[in-house]
Amino acid sequence: MKILTRHFDNPKLHELETYRALGGYQGLAKARGMAPQAVQEEVKKSNLRGLGGAGFPVGMKWSTVPPPEKAPERFVVANFDESEPGCFKDRVLGTRAPHQILEGLLIACHAVSARWGFVFIRGEYADQYDILKKAVAEAEAAGLCGDVKVRLMRGAGAYICGLDTALLETMEGKKAWPRQPPPFPTVVGLMGKPTVVNNVETLSMLPHILVNGGQWFADIGAKGDPARRIHPSGGTAVYSVSGDVERPGIYEFAMGTPLRQIIEAAGGVRGGRALKAVIPGGTSTPPLAASEIDVPMDFDSLRGVGSFLGAGGIVVLDETRDMVEVSHNIERFLAHESCGQCTPCREGSEWTTRILERVLEGGGVEPDLANLRRVGENIAGKVICALGDTVGMVVRGYMKKFPEDFAKRLPAKPAEAAR
Amino acid sequence: MTAKRVTFKLNGVTLEAPEGQLVIEAAKAAGVEIPHYCYHPALGNPGNCRLCVVEVAGAPKPMVSCRTQVREGLEVYTDSEPARRAQASSLELHLVNHPLDCPVCDQSGECGLQDYYMKFGRYDSQVREAKEHKRKRLEIGPHVMLDQERCVLCTRCTRFTEKITKTSELGIFGRGHKEFVDLAPGQRLDNAYSGNTVDLCPVGALTDKDFRFKVRVWYLDQTPSICADCSRGCNVSLHTNTKRPWHDEGRRLARVKPRHNPEVNQWWLCDEGRYGFKKFDEDRLGRVMRLIPYRRELAWETALDELASELRRELEALGPEGLAVVASGALSNEDWAAFKAFFVDALGCKRFLFAPQPDQLGIEDDLLRRKEKVPNLEGGKALGFGSAVASLSWERLEADLEAGKIWGLYLIERDAARFWGAKASALLSKPRLVVWQGPWKGRTGELAHFRLPATAHIEEDGHFTNFEGRIQAYQKALEPLGQARPDWSIFEGLRQRLGAAQKAAR
Ligand SMILES: Cc1cc2nc3c(=O)[nH]c(=O)nc-3n(C[C@H](O)[C@H](O)[C@H](O)COP(=O)(O)O)c2cc1C
Ligand code: SF4
Ligand code: SF4
Repeated sequence: MKILTRHFDNPKLHELETYRALGGYQGLAKARGMAPQAVQEEVKKSNLRGLGGAGFPVGMKWSTVPPPEKAPERFVVANFDESEPGCFKDRVLGTRAPHQILEGLLIACHAVSARWGFVFIRGEYADQYDILKKAVAEAEAAGLCGDVKVRLMRGAGAYICGLDTALLETMEGKKAWPRQPPPFPTVVGLMGKPTVVNNVETLSMLPHILVNGGQWFADIGAKGDPARRIHPSGGTAVYSVSGDVERPGIYEFAMGTPLRQIIEAAGGVRGGRALKAVIPGGTSTPPLAASEIDVPMDFDSLRGVGSFLGAGGIVVLDETRDMVEVSHNIERFLAHESCGQCTPCREGSEWTTRILERVLEGGGVEPDLANLRRVGENIAGKVICALGDTVGMVVRGYMKKFPEDFAKRLPAKPAEAAR
Repeated sequence: MTAKRVTFKLNGVTLEAPEGQLVIEAAKAAGVEIPHYCYHPALGNPGNCRLCVVEVAGAPKPMVSCRTQVREGLEVYTDSEPARRAQASSLELHLVNHPLDCPVCDQSGECGLQDYYMKFGRYDSQVREAKEHKRKRLEIGPHVMLDQERCVLCTRCTRFTEKITKTSELGIFGRGHKEFVDLAPGQRLDNAYSGNTVDLCPVGALTDKDFRFKVRVWYLDQTPSICADCSRGCNVSLHTNTKRPWHDEGRRLARVKPRHNPEVNQWWLCDEGRYGFKKFDEDRLGRVMRLIPYRRELAWETALDELASELRRELEALGPEGLAVVASGALSNEDWAAFKAFFVDALGCKRFLFAPQPDQLGIEDDLLRRKEKVPNLEGGKALGFGSAVASLSWERLEADLEAGKIWGLYLIERDAARFWGAKASALLSKPRLVVWQGPWKGRTGELAHFRLPATAHIEEDGHFTNFEGRIQAYQKALEPLGQARPDWSIFEGLRQRLGAAQKAAR
């Protein structure tokens, strides 16, 4: 099932004329004919959940914005910071269908009565910035923006800026140190005003929901199973598939599609090798073992196998991959990107990385495994933002699912090396 | 509007607190210490140190008590196994890259890392990795030294310069474990309150340049006192070193620290008040002297006898109009009472120079500093030495001296000679009797007939009344130097010798 990528074979989709000819901006027109409250209701019905990583129900997020009487000024920010290793779907969406993002942003602005829509773009996405800038100019010239002012803002290059509250800080010109809710951005956001932050893929879904109805979108997605605390996830998700597969790229599937099917769509494991592990949602999400890939890809089912859907960055790892190396690579990234605000993440990410480094270099000692696990436990749940939780979670995930890779790196006899 | 009071449980004990109070504050009020670095009541609760984690019944993970509010029925454990484990693990992470250079660190003995390790840590180190290195021994301002390796990045110092002095000289630079505290480009930590960052820093990252390597903090005694450097009357603690006199070349007062008083100075102290204390060991008067007609040291009794009889002689011959008294707002309330009893009630003296003149005026701001650089003008005013009585100015006194109207000049702690400059010796040679009384020699001390050493306020008990009329006690922290005695006892000694006779004569 394709919603966002349906017309991606059209090389002119990024142009306003083509986009409109294919039905573009009808969703916006429809939304503008409805009361903001009614748009929110339609989106609630659709079961659309945030595709930036957290999977928070979009309609519910919007409904926490205080009414205009209480806070006349409010903002919507499209999160186009996409910095998670293994994720590149936003980049493709921005390159091929900038108007889809823009239309979604304008619908969201209408739904929460905002007069300002911002797009925060990862600094390295220079081409996408140009493409989007052109799209905004086209839309403005065609009078599509109405009374909404759309502004683009480029990031300066830090992973943490993708986290909504850090993003708001950096937009205000400050160091991107995440804020600690409450209050949540929908109440106190940019410049202290209510602000909705949504991922660009999430926003891109809105035109389709408005045109086809919330029920249509909900029916496409995963139904959920309340008894197992699996909540419905509407519509589709666009996956970035990379690593040891035959055809890396983006693939759109309905929510709840088994992971195996997505890997197969990408041509399966490269070179006929055996599958060893899959990272399902970007490198911040713990790995799945080869035996776990029949899991349905939706936000809550993945929790059952100890991971997350995240932002849908599927990284396939074949039998030649060493999980100590993989976890070291990820922890090193997280240590580099830790904003440094809170101590457990700042110190723990680097310590974890250095222990793994020593183990990789052959200097591992028997207590290292217990220590890695302990340090991980001591970080997760004790930090300001999810990056810190990830630091604690990732290495433990690899150790749990691939203990033999770690054991292999340590001296056979449990002897403490000279300290 | 006062907040509703609610009941909650702390470590199993039912307590009452205002609804919405931070758990860390409510615990403190109940005498329960929760370790923390970043939280400070004046600077907010960024929640970045993650040390104040506690167990909250029903919460899936440890909560930071600096951001958790008291509500009805809340159940908090600060000392349960999970709470203790969470606190110890945060502390462990603080120490991973700490240089552990306690033997050469001034903070040793009053360091948040040392204290918390003993109280909440006590684990065996698991660190096998090399430590992160950063810059050390950075002179970041006239008073403060920075060691980036020791810093725990609590942001207290940066928030102080941002929120309290609004000068923002300090910032946190870099990212992750490479992060460090430093000066903003082109800045120096030279605001008028820079020393407070040293108090705020929970570790040895910011230290007093002046106190570096002087004496270990555990040798110091602490005495509550009041700063005498302006009329605010900031509450201070005097840290004195008498146990190791060979450290720091015999300087008796090692440092001055603020004492928290929400009504007067909150937690702060200005740099003038904090670092001005070296004067208490410099240029002090130790001996009772008579310089004219010839220079000799005197016992107190002899000096008071001689001065009393000279005063009596002149008063009888010329009357009290020709006696001018220059007093300083540095006198204590006790001194003022004896001053009045002697000069006004006993001698009938009328010519006073009292109000602060340019010699005692300085910079004022809207945080603490007051422009009158003496502590106790109000104490004097309360006894009638307000503008009405204090009719003299330096200019007027100068004119009266020139005109030969003054036979006697009694100067208390106000260095006329310094103020008058080149004219001083000529002016001071006019009266028949010049008395200099105070803790310091001053230039006037060299030109007076009598030189009477008084104690500095740190060497006596007493009270000052600050500019708002608040009477505050200070205590004796050190023995008087040499023969120095309190001003009130000098006035009283003279009054007993001369006052009765004078009254009888009138
Ligand atoms: C460390 C970190 C990095 C993140 N980076 C991004 C990002 O690059 N893009 C994004 O859309 N969301 C990112 N998020 C999620 C955002 O905080 C936020 O949940 C999301 O933008 C909300 O939009 P959604 O509800 O539409 O997903 C990140 C979260 C974390 C913890
Ligand atoms: S958890 Fe890490 S990234 Fe998040 S605020 Fe703390 S230090 Fe920064
Ligand atoms: S220098 Fe001290 S006060 Fe400033 S951030 Fe570091 S530890 Fe905190």
